[in-house]
Amino acid sequence: MESILEKYSKVDNSEVKIWFKAAMVTDFPENGGACVKYKDKQIAVFNFKRKNSWYACQNLCPHTLEMILSRGMIGDDEGIPKVASPMYKKTFSLETGENLNGDLEAIATYPIKIENNFVYIGFSE
Amino acid sequence: MKTIIVVGNGMVGYKFCEKFIAKTPKTNFKLIVFGNEARPAYDRVHLSAFFENQDAKSLELAPRDWYTKNNIELITNERVSDIHRKSKTITTVSDKQFSYDYLVLATGSTPFVPPIKGIEKDGVFVYRTIEDLEAMLAYAEKIKSINPKGKAAVLGGGLLGLEAAKAVRDMGLEPHVLEFAPKLMPRQLDERSSDMLQNKLESLGITIHLNKATSQILGENGFIAGIEFNNEEKLAVDMLVVSAGIRPCDELAKTCNLETGIRGGVVVNQKMQTSDPEIFAIGEVALYNEMIYGLVAPGYEMADVAVEQILGNEEILMSAKIDMSTKLKLIGVDVASFGDPFVSPDEGHAIVFENKAKGLYKRINVSHDGKSLLGGILVGDAEDYNMLHQIYLNGMTLPENSEDLILGARGEGGASFGSAMDLPDTAQICSCESVSKGSICNSITNGTCNNLKDIVSHTKATTGCGGCKPMVVDLINETLKSLGKEVKENICDHFDYTRQELFGIVKIKKIRTFNKALDVCGKGDGCEICKPLVASIFASIYNDTPNKETSIQDSNDRFLANIQRNGTYSVVPRIPGGEITPEKLIVIGEVGKKYNLYTKITGGQRIDLFGAHLNDLPAIWEELIDAGFESGHAYGKSLRTVKSCVGSAWCRYGMDDSVSFAIKLENRYKGLRSPHKIKGGVSGCIRECAEARGKDFGVIAVDGGYNLYVCGNGGATPKHALLLAEQIDGDMCLKYLDRFLMYYIRTAAPLMRTAAWLDKLEGGIEQLKKIVVEDSLQIAKELEKEMQGLVDAYECEWKQAIENKEIKTRFKHFVNVDDKDDNIAFVPMREQKIPELRQ
Ligand code: SRM
Ligand SMILES: Cc1cc2nc3c(=O)[nH]c(=O)nc-3n(C[C@H](O)[C@H](O)[C@H](O)COP(=O)(O)OP(=O)(O)OC[C@H]3O[C@@H](n4cnc5c(N)ncnc54)[C@H](O)[C@@H]3O)c2cc1C
Ligand code: SF4
Ligand code: FES
Repeated sequence: MESILEKYSKVDNSEVKIWFKAAMVTDFPENGGACVKYKDKQIAVFNFKRKNSWYACQNLCPHTLEMILSRGMIGDDEGIPKVASPMYKKTFSLETGENLNGDLEAIATYPIKIENNFVYIGFSE
Repeated sequence: MKTIIVVGNGMVGYKFCEKFIAKTPKTNFKLIVFGNEARPAYDRVHLSAFFENQDAKSLELAPRDWYTKNNIELITNERVSDIHRKSKTITTVSDKQFSYDYLVLATGSTPFVPPIKGIEKDGVFVYRTIEDLEAMLAYAEKIKSINPKGKAAVLGGGLLGLEAAKAVRDMGLEPHVLEFAPKLMPRQLDERSSDMLQNKLESLGITIHLNKATSQILGENGFIAGIEFNNEEKLAVDMLVVSAGIRPCDELAKTCNLETGIRGGVVVNQKMQTSDPEIFAIGEVALYNEMIYGLVAPGYEMADVAVEQILGNEEILMSAKIDMSTKLKLIGVDVASFGDPFVSPDEGHAIVFENKAKGLYKRINVSHDGKSLLGGILVGDAEDYNMLHQIYLNGMTLPENSEDLILGARGEGGASFGSAMDLPDTAQICSCESVSKGSICNSITNGTCNNLKDIVSHTKATTGCGGCKPMVVDLINETLKSLGKEVKENICDHFDYTRQELFGIVKIKKIRTFNKALDVCGKGDGCEICKPLVASIFASIYNDTPNKETSIQDSNDRFLANIQRNGTYSVVPRIPGGEITPEKLIVIGEVGKKYNLYTKITGGQRIDLFGAHLNDLPAIWEELIDAGFESGHAYGKSLRTVKSCVGSAWCRYGMDDSVSFAIKLENRYKGLRSPHKIKGGVSGCIRECAEARGKDFGVIAVDGGYNLYVCGNGGATPKHALLLAEQIDGDMCLKYLDRFLMYYIRTAAPLMRTAAWLDKLEGGIEQLKKIVVEDSLQIAKELEKEMQGLVDAYECEWKQAIENKEIKTRFKHFVNVDDKDDNIAFVPMREQKIPELRQ
């Protein structure tokens, strides 16, 4: 089971080799999330309309090891944009991936950009 | 830099690390910790929770990277095999060597397995580690597949044995407890309380065998098949859990000639030093005052003392007297014992209250002068444990009639002793984390802390066994009040209002979107607390279904289904009053078969279909709705079910057609969103087969009409509903219910069931009667109108969802492909399936 967690590691902007064209902007709910499949990975994508920002992170909740983060509610913790896992409400920073209400390992975050109404996610492989 | 080696990464070894880094700058010392188990330290006290969720991770005391972050080297799966005191080094089984300046032995204990003939057979287990539990679970499954009526015995009727008995019962085996002594929990209970406990356990299906000495384990081919007692009596069992006491793991100490006790344990002084002043022993391996203490609280204190000693604070010593009070943590069985439960006649006398019919036994031991409490036992109702325990610990003066301590709770009045605020400042409120009343109250008065969250992170109170939480909350609230601060339950950082206040603002300003609410009266971007709360307010005012603003709904509401532990969903169609036609039953069966769902009759008189992929939900509901079903709102904070008994239509005692009335009520309030879920019940007579008085509202047919009861609760804190009105007719009953429910919806705090709400309502049920029946606030008409508006606006949200293509796309697991979640896997279970276990 460790292996499934190891599939996901943070990608910095500078490491992006592939910009994956995921879906149309309108496919994603406003101020909410949806999940994108890329190869054997599941990536949660959030259209944080209130902040006018987009975020991408692993869909895997490191607490339950289930693919559910895209179904979580987003919001902010003292200004830090975050997502709450729908299972036990563990919250993670959408910027750094850090677990804000516990000691879980940080989740992997991915670069994201919008071009011509399409959402692109950055991967290193 | 000095090196401290900790041998053993159990509860106490971990606590040592935690206390150490809390007290010293990381750079001065290097901490190396060895653990024989594969996992980092976990919460053994709540080990039994593993049977419920098999979630080892949630028991973890701190994740691995906590150790790294704090510069602690954690080496698990590595037993320390030798200590070389001369060279101040240790070696491990894999022959690695490490030197130390200080050594801390926290090797705990192992279960004592008596040398009974045949005890080595397969199917005999001990109960100490997660691995033990995993092995038991696997074995129990095997047994059940061969013999669904399999039996398991537990050797030992102490605290742990009873916990193990409950665990094997939960595994689906028939539990038997074998105790050598003539009573259960011999160290904590007297015979009468043991009798009472025995009755209670037997009513839960646990058979108790007292005065039983086991002489051999029977069975062929190396598998256990039964047990033989000294009197040659036999008991056929398929499994045995040995819980006959503990033996300290002191081998390391023995081989390097540290002083140990005759019956084991490493001898320590008040500084937790062993006979070698540079070696400390703490937790269940330490023999202090010639005793091994099998509880975490003394272990944690030992850890604290060892830390202070190593840091040179030599004045900090272990308490001379160790408190061994305990409360059994079996769900549904209240048992506690504190101080000296037995007391000898020259020290004091016992006052005993017993009510066999109710299964209650309370005993307090009072000094002869009637001034101090020496100890006691509570069975059947341990609510007063915290307070009695505090009175005992702090030597507080007793009331003139000390029997009031256990009889004071007569009637509705509540206990006769004062509040937590009457305790002295030194009173230890949280014994797991040694937090005193003074430190809780002072951190509030001096402004360091302002609420429970602050107190928990500042003092760690409540983070051990959790038993102290009610008292901690009381202290915080009372202290805030005494400072003239309003104890305000603000929703979260985004709204400086209570739910009731926000409800009013939304209504008056006609706010209809979450963004608007934030802009008008909140700040920031919201969070997982305020979003669903505001959604619930919108639903209660405008009857907006969760399809309207999906991103602020709790995940269950967003997908109109309950998420299960593997990320699949459950489907619960409404079956009002529990009445269903054979045709509809067939449809449910067919849908279940087609989508390969696990089906179960719920405790709410309907059927739950589990394990649906998100992608399949719309298709499943399309078929159900086609057959005339509606959403059961099992996922929402809204009306669940109105249970009914069969009533006068069939039953020879029925005073009324309870099924018809239950259906009427369920249809009236279905879809009603509220601060928490609402449940109802209608019984046809006072035999109460629908358990209506366990519900938020309950109706019982009587001669001359209905009796209406409100604010009952099953669940975690059961309460019987209280009488609101007597002998009223059906229409009046609806009127009162409309008023009652609407008033609750307007005024309750988030996630507060009606029972808790009534507890907080000033004036209690009498006040509620005034408002609902006598209309003392002159709002009855308004409440009825609001309710009628909501009833008229009802729409099945699943129907909305499947009829609207846009809504339907919400249920795709991926936005870019049509695949289902490939991370989901099932395993078979009794001809159906359940989610595969995660590590
Ligand atoms: C399915 C069912 C168990 C069963 O197999 O029988 C069940 C299952 C759940 N219950 Fe329950 N409860 C079920 C009947 C009950 C009952 C019995 C009853 O209704 O007569 C009770 C006690 C009565 C009461 O509520 O007063 C009950 C008291 C709880 C509680 C504790 C509430 C409390 O006030 O203490 C929770 C937790 C909560 O709501 O916070 C809970 C929560 C849950 C949740 C929602 C937990 C969760 O978040 O996953 C479970 C969801 C299952 C699902 O996916 O559908 N369930 N639950 C029952 C569904 C009834 C139905 O048809 O809707
Ligand atoms: C089911 C259960 C329920 C309980 N309920 C309660 C309760 O309600 N209240 C309460 O107060 N207490 C309860 N207890 C007792 C409580 O769990 C113990 O008091 C506590 O765990 C003791 O902590 P410890 O660190 O001394 O020992 P442990 O937690 O046993 O830790 C010792 C660790 O050291 C390791 N070790 C041993 N030898 C070596 C070696 N040579 N090298 C490396 N590692 C080694 C062991 O593998 C183990 O992991 C319960 C215990 C059980 C099993
Ligand atoms: S169904 Fe109810 S009682 Fe059973 S595990 Fe779930 S919440 Fe607990
Ligand atoms: S007393 Fe155990 S957590 Fe406070």
